Amino acid sequence: MSDPNEHHSGAPSASSAGEGARIQGEYDVVIVGAGPAGLAAAAATASAKLSTLVLDENAGPGGQIYRAITTTPVQSRDVLGLDYWQGEDLVAQARASGATFVQGATVWSLDRDRQMAVSINGASRGLFARRAILATGALERPFPIPGWTLPGVMTAGAAQTVLKSSGLIPDGRVVLAGTGPLLWLIAAQILRAGGAIDAMLDTTPRGNFRRALVHLPGFVASPYFAKGRALQREVRSKVKIIDGVTALRAIGDDRLREVAVTRGGAEERMAADILLLHQGVAPNVNLAMAAGVAHRWDARQLCFVPVLDADGNSSVPGIAVAGDGAGIGGALAAAERGRLAGLAAVRALAADRAPGAAETDAARRALRRAERGRAFLDILFAPAASFRRPTGDTIVCRCEEVTAAQIAETMSLGVEGPNQLKAFRRCGMGPCQGRMCGLTVSELIAQARGVSPDAVGYYRVRPPVKPIPLKELADMPQTPAAVNAVVRG
Amino acid sequence: MFKRLPDIAGATVAITIDGTPFSARQGDSVAAALLLAGRAACGMTAVTGRKRAPYCLMGVCFECLVTIDGEAARQACLVPVRDGMRIETQGAATSITEPAA
Repeated sequence: MSDPNEHHSGAPSASSAGEGARIQGEYDVVIVGAGPAGLAAAAATASAKLSTLVLDENAGPGGQIYRAITTTPVQSRDVLGLDYWQGEDLVAQARASGATFVQGATVWSLDRDRQMAVSINGASRGLFARRAILATGALERPFPIPGWTLPGVMTAGAAQTVLKSSGLIPDGRVVLAGTGPLLWLIAAQILRAGGAIDAMLDTTPRGNFRRALVHLPGFVASPYFAKGRALQREVRSKVKIIDGVTALRAIGDDRLREVAVTRGGAEERMAADILLLHQGVAPNVNLAMAAGVAHRWDARQLCFVPVLDADGNSSVPGIAVAGDGAGIGGALAAAERGRLAGLAAVRALAADRAPGAAETDAARRALRRAERGRAFLDILFAPAASFRRPTGDTIVCRCEEVTAAQIAETMSLGVEGPNQLKAFRRCGMGPCQGRMCGLTVSELIAQARGVSPDAVGYYRVRPPVKPIPLKELADMPQTPAAVNAVVRG
Repeated sequence: MFKRLPDIAGATVAITIDGTPFSARQGDSVAAALLLAGRAACGMTAVTGRKRAPYCLMGVCFECLVTIDGEAARQACLVPVRDGMRIETQGAATSITEPAA
């Protein structure tokens, strides 16, 4: 195997039984996700000689923000920007720490006793973690507009992913739409790489800035201020920006042909081959929820976040959540949260090897610095209600093709929560397991009932949190007791 | 739909997409290869049979499911291309019918 992503810290190389063969059954710390939080957590625990396993679904470490950091073919550093290349140090430190990394590993089960199941190369196996740190990051907030399921419509993050990992840029008539700092960053990266953007449709609600003003001092004192202004200037100088957009439709037959834009009450149409949508990111909560970790609705970030202490410890003993999965804070905050969760694991499992309090204090200070300005960004870029709670024939659940009108109709029958809705409409029961519709459904139900999404809750998430073939389940080693429980005669 | 930057180096990887040879690059995901090959869609929905294409490219949306080397319903965005890989885009979900009497 010559995959440059592979890293074995003294473990034998992959055998014919696949990557899973070099995994033991038990670790001091199992970290799920190799983005900034997972990398920093691994460095902290493995440096203290705790046996540390990092399981990550992607081909290489870095998560989304530092995707393909060890392999990207985009070598001109200006294209992806200096912030991206900071990921190199995180990977280097985590690798030097002695942690074992397994890429292409999908964790599909974690229970309250920290028994885990992971799928690697088509085979699943069980694991026990004395401490589990979930660093599963964020995913792009659903952007349910008419036509968002058409081929040619993608998330803006998707375009960034193929730029980082493969050096691809969108070709043809390219339209970006939505709101949030990441949208501007992605636009700038596409432009620097030599791509063209026909238009950027800004859906940031006009009232947001006034509401965010109270948090302006913190934002001005943060590094985001200068960076954000520079990014906007860079993009505005090259791209036609249409702001104040209040409605969007993607139009096409078997693929995207046009984008309809409503602004000032009037709709205009533009031809488009690719529409890249983005309206912020939200924590990827599925694994934590399946493990029974308590979550709450964050009214400022408009998403569910796990309930955590200052070290990232959740309501389930031994399970911590770090990084954007703990609430959106960005890459720098994610790394500090990962470090804090890692240091807490060291204190819990090997107090004699734990670094002094100074290290934890430094991480807390760095976290506070990294979180500065976040409140302003959250409020300034809060997506409009109309883009979060669609109506009519707009598809909410992409997998099962359930529309907003169908959800409203089902609610009128007395359905009060997301789980009942599943039984009536299969909403959230397709392969994505609610990742693309969960927030929308909770918000739609909350609106109809006139309550907070906190009162409505989220889909009940159960393992397997990612679909796996039945064959993998059947082939998992079973204890004699488990076999005796179901075998007759 | 997507094009490769001109200054991108890297070993080529020979794959087939629905039987047609295609040259991808080491480090591409199957989904990236499909986008580069101009495949507007890679599957159909189970409910209405409408065409779908990769949407998130980060393992979340499950719109990029394809058959890879005979194994159905793989997430194209999470699988790196390998020399000789056979990729088949998928039709609608198999319907279950009563066996003939």
